[in-house]
Amino acid sequence: MDTPFDRVTARGVSKVYGRQRALGAVNLELAAGEAVALLGPNGAGKSTLLGILGTLVRPSTGELLFSDEPPAAWHRAGIGVLGHESLCYGELTGRENLLFFARLYSVARPAERSAEWLARLGIEHAADRPARTYSRGMLQRLALGRALIHGPRLLLLDEPFTGLDREGVALLRSLLVAERDRGAILLIISHEFASLVDLATRALVLRRGRLVHDGPAPLTADGWRVLYEEQGSSAARPAGAAGQTASPSGAGG
Amino acid sequence: MLGPETARDRSQGGPREGSFVKTALAVAHKDLLVELRAKEILLAMAFFAAVVVLLFAFAFTHEGRANTDATAGILWIAVALAGTLGLSRAFEREREGDTLRALLLAPAPRSAIYVGKLAGIVLLMLVTEACTVPLVSLLFDAPLLAAERLPHLWLLLVLGTVGYAAVGSLFGALLARTRGRDILLGILLYPIIVPVLIAGARGTEALLARPLDRATAWFWTELLLVFDTVFITVALWVYEPLMASE
Amino acid sequence: MKRGGLFLALVAVTALGLAVVPSLIINAPTEPTMGFIQRIFYYHVATAWLTFLSAFVCAGASIGYLANVGSKSAQRWDGLAMAAAELTVVFGTCMLVTGPLWGRKAWGVWWVWKDVRLMTALLLWFIFVAYLLVRRFGGPGSARLGAGLGIFAAADVPLIYTSVFFWRTQHPKATVVTSLDPGILLPFLLALATFTVLYVVLLWLRMGLETARIRLEDLQLAAEDAGLLDEMR
Repeated sequence: MDTPFDRVTARGVSKVYGRQRALGAVNLELAAGEAVALLGPNGAGKSTLLGILGTLVRPSTGELLFSDEPPAAWHRAGIGVLGHESLCYGELTGRENLLFFARLYSVARPAERSAEWLARLGIEHAADRPARTYSRGMLQRLALGRALIHGPRLLLLDEPFTGLDREGVALLRSLLVAERDRGAILLIISHEFASLVDLATRALVLRRGRLVHDGPAPLTADGWRVLYEEQGSSAARPAGAAGQTASPSGAGG
Repeated sequence: MLGPETARDRSQGGPREGSFVKTALAVAHKDLLVELRAKEILLAMAFFAAVVVLLFAFAFTHEGRANTDATAGILWIAVALAGTLGLSRAFEREREGDTLRALLLAPAPRSAIYVGKLAGIVLLMLVTEACTVPLVSLLFDAPLLAAERLPHLWLLLVLGTVGYAAVGSLFGALLARTRGRDILLGILLYPIIVPVLIAGARGTEALLARPLDRATAWFWTELLLVFDTVFITVALWVYEPLMASE
Repeated sequence: MKRGGLFLALVAVTALGLAVVPSLIINAPTEPTMGFIQRIFYYHVATAWLTFLSAFVCAGASIGYLANVGSKSAQRWDGLAMAAAELTVVFGTCMLVTGPLWGRKAWGVWWVWKDVRLMTALLLWFIFVAYLLVRRFGGPGSARLGAGLGIFAAADVPLIYTSVFFWRTQHPKATVVTSLDPGILLPFLLALATFTVLYVVLLWLRMGLETARIRLEDLQLAAEDAGLLDEMR
């Protein structure tokens, strides 16, 4: 398979909305096979960073590079997004949704690929029902299929575990581990720390638009919790970040 | 103008950037499939156009006979008003489930998405017009369905609808992520598409004249073609930077 | 400050013009067929010219915004487009008020449909009122909408003009200017010049406001970065 890119680099990327700075001078390099968990309180700029990496939000300053190239339309062929919303059409059936997006991404043999994914996600029994009749968990599975059907190199996942039952979480985890081991880059916003164990390989913490922590992933759910409380919570002192940061980022420091 | 995003293409040898035509067709096909399931836009548009025509018929009836001078204008205004209804609903659909974002994520020139949406809306509007024309013809005793007039009327309607939807699809997409979109679409759209309405209504008037004024009708038809070209060119030009500049 | 000096000079020219030109207009010979009402023409033509000029300034700034979108200078282009759009509505309103006053005397009616310049001006005014409504009520993302609207407005002018033109026109021909009595021509040209300088002054002031707003935002962000405004968020 052609690979659009194997590295994503953000250099001094910031985003300002009027008088609100959503993101400030973030430097980041993501390499193939990395599963990066992005933590931070509400309004820390996590979704903005995801939007910028997905080429949907244009940074106010700084640049985004895919294997050292500026973003182009064809790079989007290598990006998969799982957002808060399903990004699927309620009036269309699950199968039609996957078929449409497979066509949009010029996937070879779209019908077979769609059927494959419906089976893999365990929703083939509902494949020919309109997506609006799906439960939250089924819709989340469909959305996952939509995000993965074109074999993306960069997977941007915004709270992927919400709405899933225990079985769904296990399925999602196994799919994400497989994607990671296939060499995809995963960026996961999540606060379900238990689900990140053995999945994430690296931890980022954003606070008020600044990257305050960038280091290896903790090994236990408690480790994640401690990390989040030390770095992410609004009570944490920014100065404390220096201690264990692997590559401190942010120009303000 | 279009920035670096469209400058590259498959000649880079990288992964497949979706072809322009294929992407546009996929989007249009998807829109029609959704509408086939919901049937909501077509029903609402056709019924609304009928109501508008009826209102005009009531307003312009003198001594039991409708005022036939206004027929052409009434047809075009009904189409324009119903079109706004369809446009806002079509883009409202892309907000549910945030699917507009999904479309913008597609690895194709974003103008292909525009053309796909445009094609879908034009088809829905043409179906609406197919219901409105006989109604107008009936209520205002206009020879719109006569064999020597009908094909030319459709040519005018197709060209007028394309021009109307060319502007409407651009601003509909831009408004989709804006506050107050429901009130703003009409305010933005109508002043801009006045030339299309004038040309369409004048052309139709010439078709309704007895005897048929073929030369004038052709003149307005050609003018509509020019308007369409200008609107679509400008829209294709600005769509990519406008949609990418969040 | 060179720019400040230029600005003061422009203000002085405007003030001088506003002081001198009205008396020139009063003392200009009365045009025989139209009588006193013809003097509206000094204001009407000037405001009409600036309405259209301003609309195209807005379109140019909108193109500048699109070409620079995402970068810092885009904000300035957007500010210029916004200022020009506001002035289009201001001068357009003056034009639309003075026009019918003339029309009442010249044609016997306040308003004439089918007149190409009247219709073009009216629709342009509508588009720019829509522009201001969008900017006021559109919320985030309204800058993009405004840019699209500004460009479409300019592209639309020739289309409106063409479509209305073929309804037959009855506006006084623009060539009237060359055949004017020299006694009328001089005050007319001076009025035109004064209004144009006034336009530049107003645009400048409005841009200054916008620049100040952008600077305030930058300062606020810088202060936040320095930890001075931490509790604001």
